[in-house]
Amino acid sequence: MTTDSSHDGVVHHAPGEHHDHDHDHHGPAYGLMRWITTTNHKDIGSLYLWFSLIMFFIGGAMALVIRAELFQPGIQIVDPMFFNSMTTMHALVMIFGVVMPAFVGLANWMIPMMIGAPDMALPRLNNWSFWIMPFAFAILLSTLFMDSGGPAGGWTLYPPLSLQMGDSFAFVIFAIHFMGISSVMGSINIVATIFNMRAPGVTFMKMPMFVWTWLITAYLLIATIPVLAGAVTMLLTDRYFGTSFFSAAGGGDPVMFQHIFWFFGHPEVYILILPAFGIISSIIPTFARKPLFGYDSMVYATASIAFLSFIVWAHHMFTTGMPLAGSLFFMMSTMLISVPTGVKVFNWVATMWRGAMTFETPMLFAIGFVIMFTIGGLSGLMLAITPADIQYHDTYFVVAHFHYVLVPGAIYSIMAATYYWIPKWTGNMYDETLGKWHFWISTVFVNVLFFPMHFVGLAGMNRRIPDYSLQFADWNMVASIGAFGFGFSQLLFVWIVIKCVRGGKQATDEVWEGARGLEWTVPSPAPYHTFETAPDITKYAVR
Amino acid sequence: MSSTGANAYYVPHAARWPIVGSIGLFVFFWGFANWLNDRPLGKETFFLGAIVLVVMMFGWFGDVIRESESGTYNNQVDTSFRMCMMWFIFSEVMFFAAFFGALFYARTFSGPWIGGDGGGGAPVTNELLYQGFSYVWPTNGPSSLGGDFQQMGWFGLPLINTLLLLTSGVTCTIAHHAIQHGDRKKMVRWLGATVALGFIFVGLQAYEYYHAYHGLNLKMSSGIYGSTFFMLTGFHGFHVTMGAIMLLVVMLRGMKSHFTAKNHFAFEAAAWYWHFVDVVWLGLFIFVYLL
Ligand SMILES: [Cu+2]
Repeated sequence: MTTDSSHDGVVHHAPGEHHDHDHDHHGPAYGLMRWITTTNHKDIGSLYLWFSLIMFFIGGAMALVIRAELFQPGIQIVDPMFFNSMTTMHALVMIFGVVMPAFVGLANWMIPMMIGAPDMALPRLNNWSFWIMPFAFAILLSTLFMDSGGPAGGWTLYPPLSLQMGDSFAFVIFAIHFMGISSVMGSINIVATIFNMRAPGVTFMKMPMFVWTWLITAYLLIATIPVLAGAVTMLLTDRYFGTSFFSAAGGGDPVMFQHIFWFFGHPEVYILILPAFGIISSIIPTFARKPLFGYDSMVYATASIAFLSFIVWAHHMFTTGMPLAGSLFFMMSTMLISVPTGVKVFNWVATMWRGAMTFETPMLFAIGFVIMFTIGGLSGLMLAITPADIQYHDTYFVVAHFHYVLVPGAIYSIMAATYYWIPKWTGNMYDETLGKWHFWISTVFVNVLFFPMHFVGLAGMNRRIPDYSLQFADWNMVASIGAFGFGFSQLLFVWIVIKCVRGGKQATDEVWEGARGLEWTVPSPAPYHTFETAPDITKYAVR
Repeated sequence: MSSTGANAYYVPHAARWPIVGSIGLFVFFWGFANWLNDRPLGKETFFLGAIVLVVMMFGWFGDVIRESESGTYNNQVDTSFRMCMMWFIFSEVMFFAAFFGALFYARTFSGPWIGGDGGGGAPVTNELLYQGFSYVWPTNGPSSLGGDFQQMGWFGLPLINTLLLLTSGVTCTIAHHAIQHGDRKKMVRWLGATVALGFIFVGLQAYEYYHAYHGLNLKMSSGIYGSTFFMLTGFHGFHVTMGAIMLLVVMLRGMKSHFTAKNHFAFEAAAWYWHFVDVVWLGLFIFVYLL
């Protein structure tokens, strides 16, 4: 079949134009300006990934402040206000500064290679999407140094509490607007790339799952980030311009903010996990040496999850209260999501079934993902039950739930992706022994860190509070030990990455026995411009 | 010269404007936040950022226009631009959806609940907190924030504005047909009419605001009615202004003999945007003014 792009995707530069740029085709320029002005998807992908790694340690340091304070009951180390700003900032940094940019970085690196495109559809816009991020985070992080302190009302910014924040409020709101501009532009670029830049013959149902999941993620981002922008804009006007959207005295309603916020917020959690599904769906078939089981059902499951994500938002608000019909509806629709998610887990397991499996580091992280993400998914199912949620709400059980899906879920998928594709990026193999150590140390500590939170949560320990009752002391101490262990073991990851960038065993083009997809047909490291002409996909498997 | 062969893709290089845009946005937001907090130099910083952004847009769009006019772009790039614009407009739709959502929620749920209607705790809440308050739209809430006000009627200015925008949609389409037939002069004439109608709309909207503040005592601080009214019409007015500027730029380019019957994406992008603000206005006219 021919795609739309096939007849015109291979048209030429106008003669006489851009000769002056042609030297760029052979490689990058040098120096700082290369990185600032680059339009190359690989450069921008690397920038995103490094940015995300740096933010990972900033957000992680905040988490360690939290766990240090919670090591023992009582207030020992930090002021409660600062503790609250740590919980708030940790969330904002990890969501908007780590997981999202890392996925966008992976999308930048891999999607053009996977679909046989020369680059992203709009390379200059791509540059802007990245170069917004450091500036946006400069604004966000600067609030920690202001007299009024950073935002301390939780990352969800619920009014009326968030409206009582000091001067830093306006800075936080604008930082969110700023990041939102980046996300929307980045997503538009990804959608345009996938729709318009596929090489002739790469039909939709031939696209690798990573491309599919990103297509759907980008759609979720374009649909929901503007809603978040609207919500925080209303907060801003309530605070500075006298409106009363969220004030009952003026006929508004603080609960309305929660509805609008979670209309963004729930799809957001799938933004943080769908690309992970795509990564895992790429890695497991490679190391099981079998094609992905149930590709079509994976595609439909992803689309169903995306659709359902728009009609479940009020499961975050069962204790806030809503009409009974609302509670029932949101409970049922939320539980429905476990069906497509179950399809995915089933397919991953079925892919491994009777496969010729080997357990290199990417595969270890992928299997770790499947098991521990499922734990987080099951506790999510418990939280979906309205009457049960009234007990669990705002306890450490919730914290345990979403950290299981985000840390051994989303973060593990990013680690897995890094180990899986870094030979293609650098041309060198990473240190397999150290990689395995990294996996096992992380996996032990991540469970020591988060599993006890289920217990203290079920026993009633509240989240976002620097002090707690004595009965929770033991498990908190255990969790804190796990936190420091997990945090410091990530330095090993940095070391492995740096070591791999600097050298190592030369990687082959295919890198992994049994790997399928266009990215493995090009040399390692991938040339600066991968496909200057459309690849002939009749020769290679696209997925 | 492998890249100039018949099979080459087009990839631009060394973009210098994005970093200017990032710095501009940073200065803009930084200044705005300081201004809101009455800190020194906030306002000045804000306007400085805005100027940087305008310069960036001139520079960046200028580059793209030059490249387009010299025939650098192939059909694939053109398609990418089109998709980009469509998805951008979709994101704008969702931005307005947040404010429409707020309006619907306030009118259907929270308003009646404060007034004691509905199940659950609504009657008790009303009894305990807002005794004697009964909900009628438009409302400025149990505390009558902003004092007594009058509702903005739909007849008169809003109706005229509706007709203006609908007419501008027609003139814009006539201009589109003109350029599709290669008649650039006719396109410029009808675009001129469209831009004029757009700016008249914005002028009348400004007059309506003046009337609201001084004649009706209807302000942004007039409770939820004032909030939704000014937020929705305000952002819409801002978008009309942007759209009119886009069409004006297209018109000026038409006067400089840009665009051909086949190559006029900028026109179409601006026109799509214009129809989008048009449709949003119809939603506003129905839900903010009429109902
Ligand atoms: Cu949710």
